Amino acid sequence: MLLRTAWRRVATAAPAAPGPRAKPPIRGLRLRGIDLTPQSAVASDAAIALEAESVLRPLYMDVQATTPLDPRVLDAMLPYLVNYYGNPHSRTHAYGWESEAAMECARQQVASLIGADPREIIFTSGATESNNIAIKELEAAIQPDTSLVSVMTVNNEIGVKQPIKEIGQICSSRKVYFHTDAAQAVGKIPLDVNDMKIDLMSISGHKIYGPKGVGAIYIRRRPRVRVEALQSGGGQERGMRSGTVPTPLVVGLGAACEVAQQEMEYDHKRISKLAERLIQKIMKSLPDVVMNGDPEHHYPGCINLSFAYVEGESLLMALKDVALSSGSACTSASLEPSYVLRAIGTDEDLAHSSIRFGIGRFTTEEEVDYTVEKCIHHVKRLREMSPLWEMVQDGIDLKSIKWTQH
Amino acid sequence: MAAAGAGRLRRAASALLLRAPRLPARELSAPARLCHKKVVDHYENPRNVGSLDKTSKNVGTGLVGAPACGDVMKLQIQVDEKGKIVDARFKTFGCGSANASSSLATEWVKGKTVEEALTIKNTDIAKELCLPPVKLHCSMLAEDAIKAALADYKLKQEPKTGEA
Repeated sequence: MLLRTAWRRVATAAPAAPGPRAKPPIRGLRLRGIDLTPQSAVASDAAIALEAESVLRPLYMDVQATTPLDPRVLDAMLPYLVNYYGNPHSRTHAYGWESEAAMECARQQVASLIGADPREIIFTSGATESNNIAIKELEAAIQPDTSLVSVMTVNNEIGVKQPIKEIGQICSSRKVYFHTDAAQAVGKIPLDVNDMKIDLMSISGHKIYGPKGVGAIYIRRRPRVRVEALQSGGGQERGMRSGTVPTPLVVGLGAACEVAQQEMEYDHKRISKLAERLIQKIMKSLPDVVMNGDPEHHYPGCINLSFAYVEGESLLMALKDVALSSGSACTSASLEPSYVLRAIGTDEDLAHSSIRFGIGRFTTEEEVDYTVEKCIHHVKRLREMSPLWEMVQDGIDLKSIKWTQH
Repeated sequence: MAAAGAGRLRRAASALLLRAPRLPARELSAPARLCHKKVVDHYENPRNVGSLDKTSKNVGTGLVGAPACGDVMKLQIQVDEKGKIVDARFKTFGCGSANASSSLATEWVKGKTVEEALTIKNTDIAKELCLPPVKLHCSMLAEDAIKAALADYKLKQEPKTGEA
């Protein structure tokens, strides 16, 4: 009792702790810091458990960057991580056979999500590798005038959906290969490679609640699309991607695709409702907020808003309880603002003011409400601190000012 | 004795297992953490946010930066008859480091004379806040803001033709 009281006095801003034994870390709404001073007085497990419990993590609203593993995916993967650990390319024993069976089952799951044949799916380490394989195909083209069209299905920054079906029609009529990076789209919007006349497609595991480090490339068989392998070796995956296929990871990818197929409609409805709620609440309470990207052809789970006269990184710092992302220069390593926003013609100062909200399968209404409330509060506070807001309130046209460049 | 040793071992092991993976900010060493705290402190409790009457003869206003660059600072100083800065206010459109740099700048100019304020260097601001190389331009802009405010004040003090 005395030890616990002493520890509590040392720890920073710790309110009355809950019960003695550790409940699993709660996904809480408040982030409290750990005080890292050595706790020499403390030796009990209870105090350590308390300390662990008091570190609450931010809300996660950055699903475009990565997604948590769906528990059903972990359930599917676990046996292959601990028990069925054979190399799927081993032909001579049961360990290999069972791994291979799992790999082929996963391949079927991925194929059925996009309307493809399982023989058209090659497992890779992620969408980046898939993109590289697809683009490299250009160099292996047979006809001299063959070209390749490569378009993202859903943009990861602003959530805009490209007209894939129309692009596919054009490419197939001109006999040009069509590749699409569908990392943000697979499992979220209905895709059919035959309907949309897609020749090559990149798939990422960790964007659809699957594991990191795995992806797939879809390569059309009829008519055959030839690709050149990026890595050579033992000729696995029909020679297109040598290297032992990581069974647990591909089982995870397959399970994620199957779960996505089941949940797509429900997720889309729920996420649309939450997105609508977020946007309406923010737009109602704050003036001068711009949504970036076409509002009609838009995936609801990726919302990119520009809060005029407030800089993106400062808003992210204010919303420290929520994991978000921004298109502002200060948040990028290169100090360049988002190229996507620049490409759609957003004013540079609005590009610096953009925040991306990601709503996913596990986002709750409570999390959205909390984020909205904090966002409104901090935007108002930061606008009070902003010279641009002050000038606009005084009726000055910012475009008429001659700014000092440096 | 042995029990205490075993207890420490168990505590260390438990700490490794139970401690949630920390966000990158917490991986900083002790002095860096202190500096990070300073930036956060200036950001969460900014000093001297606001505006002074820019039409007043004793107030110098500096407006530097550009919205297209993501960094705009407005710094105002109020100077008494003896040439000492008695009040300063700032408003910033920029990242956390920009806010902290301008907040610190207003703290530093207060109580200095106009000549002394000219000696404030961006390197001092950057050192105080331990700004990483990628954020050094924030401290440079803060220095520019101070100089611009002082220049504006000096301009106002010059006798102009046609003024009563």
